Amino acid sequence: MLEVLTAGVLTTVQDHGRVGWAHLGVPRAGALDRPAADLANRLVGNPPGAAVLETVLGGLVLRNRGPGRWAALTGASGPEVRWWPSGGELRVAAPATGVRTYLAVAGGVAVEPVLGSRSTDTLAWVGPSRVVDGALLPLGAPVGEPSPLDVPRTPRLEALRIVAGPRADWFAPDALDRLCATTWTVQADSDRVGLRLAGPPLERARSGELPSEGMVLGAVQVPPDGQPVVFLADHPPTGGYPVLGVVHPADLWWCAQRRPGDAVRLRRAPVAPRG
Amino acid sequence: MSVRVVPVGTAALLAEVADAVAATGLAEWARARGVPATEIVPGACTVLFDGVTDPAGVAAALREWSPGDVPPPGRVVELPVRYDGADLGQVAERWGTDAEGVIARHTALELTSAFCGFAPGFAYLAGLPRELQVPRLATPRTRVPAGSVAIAGEWCGVYPTASPGGWLLLGTTDAALWDPLADPPALLAPGTRVRFRRA
Repeated sequence: MLEVLTAGVLTTVQDHGRVGWAHLGVPRAGALDRPAADLANRLVGNPPGAAVLETVLGGLVLRNRGPGRWAALTGASGPEVRWWPSGGELRVAAPATGVRTYLAVAGGVAVEPVLGSRSTDTLAWVGPSRVVDGALLPLGAPVGEPSPLDVPRTPRLEALRIVAGPRADWFAPDALDRLCATTWTVQADSDRVGLRLAGPPLERARSGELPSEGMVLGAVQVPPDGQPVVFLADHPPTGGYPVLGVVHPADLWWCAQRRPGDAVRLRRAPVAPRG
Repeated sequence: MSVRVVPVGTAALLAEVADAVAATGLAEWARARGVPATEIVPGACTVLFDGVTDPAGVAAALREWSPGDVPPPGRVVELPVRYDGADLGQVAERWGTDAEGVIARHTALELTSAFCGFAPGFAYLAGLPRELQVPRLATPRTRVPAGSVAIAGEWCGVYPTASPGGWLLLGTTDAALWDPLADPPALLAPGTRVRFRRA
């Protein structure tokens, strides 16, 4: 059992998310920086889909109210793995760069799953409630041995790879080129729903409303103000604004670690990648 | 051709069809056929197939569907409604009747859940005749109460939880529209037929 002494800005339980419920309006949720969450689990010997804590910036403080266990921090902090003794406090310091830190504990966070997942969706609040001060979080039984840390990933990408989206024809013919020629700025209201970008507005070639249609992870949706939004894990399953492009799934972790004011560039993927 | 298929990124396809009835039909057909996708999401006139590992194979399978493949009628859910909505008067005016007339017309309809979105369990109910279609509010309300029965454009909907919203409110129902422990968790899952009665 973990006791939450201070929950920080926003701490949620996340695993690989909720699959198969989009047709009922349920967002997928799941760790926003999935490679970081997977690495944290690997470091403490958990299977890849075990539930971890995702916390924004610093401030999360926990006490281990059970026996000692392995714990790992990845994402904006770490990567590091440490033995967490019984009764010990663990504190996530404010990271120098990035946004989201993942804490995996051997055995995984064992809150009750909802619709097959322990992830908290912050759009509609499906799943366990957000982690608050004083909360007690149950842990599962440790199943594996900790693994050694492999080579850390490259901390930055030159540009997010994109392919043309299903509604690129709703925009001016040069819109995709302009999307890729612009250095966008991350807006302060970016969250688990989407990375909101600011820059010269992208112009529509077609007016009118797009009938609501299913949306994918990584969709670059452009509302009437012309400011693109890259859809992340808690995106609405259907939407009514046209999708100009789709970001390569392997580049989405980087969106999870961008701060307001950071620069973001996109480039067209040379070949359609398999994700 | 009855369906046009466009790629969405590398692991999803969007199938475009004529209307909401066709979209619901195609989604149910694909589910029954076991078309390999992790998500099959009907929209207003599309079906999204997400988590697809073989886009060409799925696209070929979808071309076997025809709009004549009508799914068996879905189950019927009857929703008791208190017709106390804030926009009942405005709707009556647009429909050229009074509050009693709105209730009579609304309770005479049988609508079909075409797709869910906006919020878990929020179903877009299709089948509103053209003459009963009204535009959404120019300025959305910041809070619409849970259980609100509302219309906008070609759709009728029921808000499962309190949320902002721009649809015109006819009344309120106490029906449980969303329960993650129920099967299905959404009372008005796509394909469900919906009738309203005065509470």
